[in-house]
Amino acid sequence: MRETITRDELAGDAEAATFTASGALLGARRALPLAITGLADGLVFGVLARQAGMSLGEALLMSGAVNTGTAQFVALGLWVAPLPVVALAATTLVVGARHLLMGATLAAHLGRLSPLRRYGSAFFLTDETWALALRERALGTLDGAFIMGGGLALFASWVVSTAGGYLAGASLRDPARWGLDFVFPALVVALLAGMWRGRATLAPWGVAAAVALAAAVLLPGKWYILLGGIAGAVVGALRDAD
Amino acid sequence: MRTDATLAILAMALVTYGTRAGGFWLMRWLPPSRRLAAALRHMPGALLVAIVVPLALASGMAGIVALAGAALIAIRTGRVLPALVAGVALVALLRAILH
Repeated sequence: MRETITRDELAGDAEAATFTASGALLGARRALPLAITGLADGLVFGVLARQAGMSLGEALLMSGAVNTGTAQFVALGLWVAPLPVVALAATTLVVGARHLLMGATLAAHLGRLSPLRRYGSAFFLTDETWALALRERALGTLDGAFIMGGGLALFASWVVSTAGGYLAGASLRDPARWGLDFVFPALVVALLAGMWRGRATLAPWGVAAAVALAAAVLLPGKWYILLGGIAGAVVGALRDAD
Repeated sequence: MRTDATLAILAMALVTYGTRAGGFWLMRWLPPSRRLAAALRHMPGALLVAIVVPLALASGMAGIVALAGAALIAIRTGRVLPALVAGVALVALLRAILH
């Protein structure tokens, strides 16, 4: 068996690099439940940012430019003068490193887009848009603009609700009370239910779960996602080779 | 806006964007191989498992039951939205009962 393959083979069933308005709209529509329930997260972030002593402009700049949930919440814990800029950047790297792997899994599909479209889409590559794009790819309907469309809907929700929370200021009810923190986990298990292939998936998933659990206990931040993902993928690749 | 705050936020933005674009960029330089293709094929499932298993266990009985319910609905219906509704409703209900 030859060891090298072409990039087209690596892409597998990748469709042509279309980048259409209807693809972006589909992304926004698929992201809508997450964008609506995600308003709660932004409200909480806005409230906490104010309590941490950020100005409204700073809170909005952070939600707009960083555009991520977890790393921003973690940053609030470090937001004490004098600001530890290096620690903030390092923590952000620990929390965000998993996106490297998510981007790699979609690279074959987005690799045929122009650099501007590809690296523009990268800004909107979050856990949520990645998970939604996986499903779209499984259905064979992943358009190049899907991530940007879905990402824009989530971005708008995140920034607007950050401002809302900051201005409302009052301590909001815990969103966990309404189960709103479970939309994304439920999406993940729904995707996994569709990806289950019996014994072929048992070993990689079991290893991913075990490594992630161990790393979640032993390491800070979200390294456990990165490590669990790599471990499961390696086991899957080794099994396929046998 | 204070200078140090702006600087810190821009550093965070740069790092985050680097992780998001880095995966696309990396795949342009890695030599394609069957091993790599197989690993990438298994990566999404493994990442999703690694995201959700520690989260489920940390969220206690209410979370575990709610996610099991969401998985069941997803398998039965083959659709995502009913599973989301079931997961959210179940966890809210169970938390109200258990706490």
